[in-house]
Amino acid sequence: MPIKLPSFRPRRDVYPPDLWTKCPSCGDMLFNKQLEKADRICPTCDHHFRLSAAARLELLLDPGTFRERDAGLQSVDPLGFVDQKAYPDRVATAQSQTGLRDAAVRGVGAIEGQAVSICVMDFGFMGGSMGAVVGEKVTRAGEDALAERIPLIVVSASGGARMQEGTLALMQLAKTCAILERVRAARVPYISVMSDPTTGGVFASYAVLGDINLAEPNALIGFAGARVSAGTISQELPPGFQRSEFLFEHGFVDRIVNRRALRAEIAGLLRFMRPREVPVDTRSAFSPIGSFLSQVVGAASGGMVGASGSSATNGERDG
Amino acid sequence: MVDRLLGRQDPKDGNKAAAATDPKSAMWRRVQLARNLGRPRTLDLLREMADEVIELHGDRGFGDDPAMAVGFARIEGRRIAFVGQQKGADTEENIRRNFGMPHPEGYRKAMRIFELAERFALPIVTFVDVPGAHPGPESEERGIADAIARSIGLMSRLRTPIIAIITGEGGSGGALAIAVGDVVIALENAVYSVISPEGCAAILWRTAEEAPTAALAMKMSAQDQLELGVVDRVVPEPGEGAHADPRETARRLRSVIIGELDRLGALTTDELVEARYRRYRMLGPYTEVSAPDVAPPPSRGLADRLRDLLDPTRWSMGMPLPGSSRRDEPPAHEEV
Ligand SMILES: [Zn+2]
Repeated sequence: MPIKLPSFRPRRDVYPPDLWTKCPSCGDMLFNKQLEKADRICPTCDHHFRLSAAARLELLLDPGTFRERDAGLQSVDPLGFVDQKAYPDRVATAQSQTGLRDAAVRGVGAIEGQAVSICVMDFGFMGGSMGAVVGEKVTRAGEDALAERIPLIVVSASGGARMQEGTLALMQLAKTCAILERVRAARVPYISVMSDPTTGGVFASYAVLGDINLAEPNALIGFAGARVSAGTISQELPPGFQRSEFLFEHGFVDRIVNRRALRAEIAGLLRFMRPREVPVDTRSAFSPIGSFLSQVVGAASGGMVGASGSSATNGERDG
Repeated sequence: MVDRLLGRQDPKDGNKAAAATDPKSAMWRRVQLARNLGRPRTLDLLREMADEVIELHGDRGFGDDPAMAVGFARIEGRRIAFVGQQKGADTEENIRRNFGMPHPEGYRKAMRIFELAERFALPIVTFVDVPGAHPGPESEERGIADAIARSIGLMSRLRTPIIAIITGEGGSGGALAIAVGDVVIALENAVYSVISPEGCAAILWRTAEEAPTAALAMKMSAQDQLELGVVDRVVPEPGEGAHADPRETARRLRSVIIGELDRLGALTTDELVEARYRRYRMLGPYTEVSAPDVAPPPSRGLADRLRDLLDPTRWSMGMPLPGSSRRDEPPAHEEV
């Protein structure tokens, strides 16, 4: 339920920063408490502010259904990376500021009664950057989706790979893209939700690879940063460059969805995309993913056949 | 940046750095060597090592990317499919080839050849030498992130052997997109990183001047990458480096490729694909702690206020949004 918030012309000194936030789109000063209540959407211009992982899960999942998994995964410092601050200190600071262990939270839950494996990112933790922990959580979310034959949902909010983990962060692109190939081969649906921002290596791996790609309005979504572009290419950037609408226009986003409509939207999509039982036939003999399919068939016939079989045939029962 | 793209450097600088003993100068010298304009490129190496090279062109959707070379080759009688970025040998060729920075159609051309290779049971050899995928607006419009992610995914499951060789610059996702392999080899002076040292320095040190410091911190040398397990084998370069003796460099690579083709050829396809999957599944260390929570923020109200304080949008009055970010973190607006 949108709430009309009080809005004034800004005069910075009058607004203590812990109470007020200025909307970057329309310039209105918004009272923080009410902004939180309004799902962090500006009541004047619909600007979507960034959301914490906890708020995101609350918004998407049926109340009380979330069960967190792998809450204990924590980053290590494989390079001994020190810039102006040591990497472990950055992690510790981010942890005490956010109450999170790293930039992603994953588990299982339900969306309008449909069980899902879900992983959501939090930009507040080191810019949502992806190191080994984030890569591992996304991968395990994929593995659970595969094993339990439930849809996979990933909500991205990230500046990209975590520099402090070097190429080991880069390798998370390979790890996550590889599990998504298996999820796809097993006919388990994957919906990617991109929020502001979804850039760099996160965009160029699991975020872009959804069977369905959804984006929040006006989110920054792109591969190369403006600084990279500006440094390399002297060229004017088109208006709205790397925004959700730009991606939509160029065919890389299926739908741009207001935050408040996301849960219903995902539920609606999932009713068309039930995880299917892989038919036990000779397909594996000539399929490029043959050996893997036969594994999946093995897993599927071990108990999940009934559930997935009935959903494949009774597609419209819950219209 | 232009100097960097052109691989310009003062040769005397390189020698001085070589003489210096401090690790930062030594690392920076390697970065310079990896970018050396005279370094042999994909097609140069193939011309030296192959009996036959047939280059193929086009992604069948948009065009032919001159920054990416693909095709068939025969090396000591063995038929392979090859894919590699192709930088130019001089400024003119570099401009024509976009400095070896592929657009999406380059990666889609690569995927075409990967699939062909799988169908005709040809092992794949890739040559990785790229500052990064092309960062321009056309690249974004045509879906560079999509092309990279799909190429990575495809390589992770291809049912044919893949040998990936980092020959020069292994620049981020634009490199990994053709570098997912059963074995990853690097030339001695090649570098591999998640972001360019200049980009890393600009973000974490607030100045590109600190690029050598960033290069050292990211451990981007071939030897470092070997120790991290990202690279499996390092091939020594002759004399001053690959640029000094391209023929000898190609000869050394040829014998390594032949050896790996034999080794990988002895595996069943199922073993091959499963081992490749596991290779990447296990990369990236983390720890698992049993304690349920990190010290939680004092109260929800304060946490929210902290979050709001830190929200970069708060600092953006009068500044372009949202390239800026909280001081502490990598900004959203950067290729990483
Ligand atoms: Zn507004």
